[in-house]
Amino acid sequence: VALCVELGDEISVETNTRVRALEYLIQQKGLAGVVETVPTFRSLLVYYDPGQVGYDALCAALAGLVEQADTAVLPPARLVELPCCYDPEMGLDLAAAAERLHMTTDELVRLHSGAEYLVYFVGFTPGLPYMAGVPERIQLPRLTTPRVKVPPGSAGLGGKQFCIYSVESPGGYWLLGRTPVRLYDPEAAEPTLLRAGDRVRMRPIDRAEYDVIAARVAERTYAPVIA
Amino acid sequence: VIRILDPGAQSTVQDLGRSGHLREGIPPSGPVDARAFVIANRLVGNCDDCAGLECTVLGPRFGVERVCAIAVTGAEVPVTVNHAAAPQWATLVLKPGDTVRIGAARQGVRVYVAFSGGIDVPRVLGSRATYLRGRLGGLEGRALRRGDTLRLAPHVGPRRPRRLAGAEIPPLESEPEIRVVLGPQADRFTRAGLDAFLSSPYVMLPQSDRMGARLTGATVTHTKGHDIISDGIALGSIQVPGDGQPIVMLVDRQSTGGYTKVATVGSFDIGRIGQVKPGQRLRFRAVAVAEAHRLRREFEQSLAQAAGGGVSR
Repeated sequence: VALCVELGDEISVETNTRVRALEYLIQQKGLAGVVETVPTFRSLLVYYDPGQVGYDALCAALAGLVEQADTAVLPPARLVELPCCYDPEMGLDLAAAAERLHMTTDELVRLHSGAEYLVYFVGFTPGLPYMAGVPERIQLPRLTTPRVKVPPGSAGLGGKQFCIYSVESPGGYWLLGRTPVRLYDPEAAEPTLLRAGDRVRMRPIDRAEYDVIAARVAERTYAPVIA
Repeated sequence: VIRILDPGAQSTVQDLGRSGHLREGIPPSGPVDARAFVIANRLVGNCDDCAGLECTVLGPRFGVERVCAIAVTGAEVPVTVNHAAAPQWATLVLKPGDTVRIGAARQGVRVYVAFSGGIDVPRVLGSRATYLRGRLGGLEGRALRRGDTLRLAPHVGPRRPRRLAGAEIPPLESEPEIRVVLGPQADRFTRAGLDAFLSSPYVMLPQSDRMGARLTGATVTHTKGHDIISDGIALGSIQVPGDGQPIVMLVDRQSTGGYTKVATVGSFDIGRIGQVKPGQRLRFRAVAVAEAHRLRREFEQSLAQAAGGGVSR
């Protein structure tokens, strides 16, 4: 049993911050009857147990928290640094994207890896982050024909959003590179790496370093830098 | 120990599912027809959340290597123990060397098999349920294969074998009426589209799985496009993509999605949808939120009493 709290109808950091603030307030107050919550760009899905809280009572409690969401202070965000190989065999669309943007691939890599991204939310497939913060100069409409299979770890650009595919899946984003870090590992104690609200930076690495890190990831001796 | 001689079409280890991980993109999993699953556990003296099997359409064949009790519920299937017919919705007491065969469903889709003690696989994120697409939980995150062995947890103590009376067995209907609460994007559909959704039958498609029940029937017409900015997807959310054909999201659903949602199936009717065979029809009926909550309470009360009541964990 769930209800959806809509805090806007746009993709923006402001709206998403209110969504995450509402989720944080629900956790802080330990709102009775709430079982779990799912944040997205602009809404919070609230799963609840109607045996513990009625629909009307929950709506009233949530309305009160929505008012506080504008001024709530969220805990400091984690900064996660992910190594990313921008070689052509990993960044399948890097050259085409650079051409479309009238810049060199080096410049595209510099702009992409120079930015700091905000995880709006994690979802669709396990551990997949939808992120804000794509510099205006490198924004591109999505691919006209989505790929049937995108390898996990692929760093993709689509419009104002940046995502990293967590499992092999279809996808319509421009693939600029690939991280050897697993965003979803079903055998790990914590299978997913990123959380809504995390900050993310991509650190360019060459193919040799990619292979070294990938081997350590496979041995489970690699941990990304989290500040 | 249970030895899998033939896994059937798709058999997975399930308990009542994991909660709290949808915000990381990990769905609850668990049985689609939770009532049939819980009754099976009760018939062998287990707690409601003990791990058992969910088998789709064609059941497994397995051998038992210790004294145990099993119960087979859900879809209507032929069950044999050492080639002799055995009843469903009943406690079956087995001895080492017995072989059980669960055949093809005559009615319904999902069969549940509970074993006394429950299947002992490690808990992952608090649950033994299998999430196939995420290769998580259950037996190595996958469906059963020939040659697999399943350990059973020690059993607390035998209970009197029982067999449910006909009236206690949830019926498998030929054209179930599924109750829904309209929204959250019902306003994104035309009046004619909503009328069609609530008045015409829909046919279950064979592509349906634990992620979603795909239906075909009258087009649920959108007013202005089928995309929204992604929201979380609740159990029973009915997404309508551009083709106007509804998809009911089930236990292995993606956590978020960007299609308009015309309505949500009440949690009490999820199991009934899960037993509708490909090619079979169903209908939707709208109820108000208060009515849906009343139906849920009724469902929970009847479940609390089913098969002589539950055993606390």
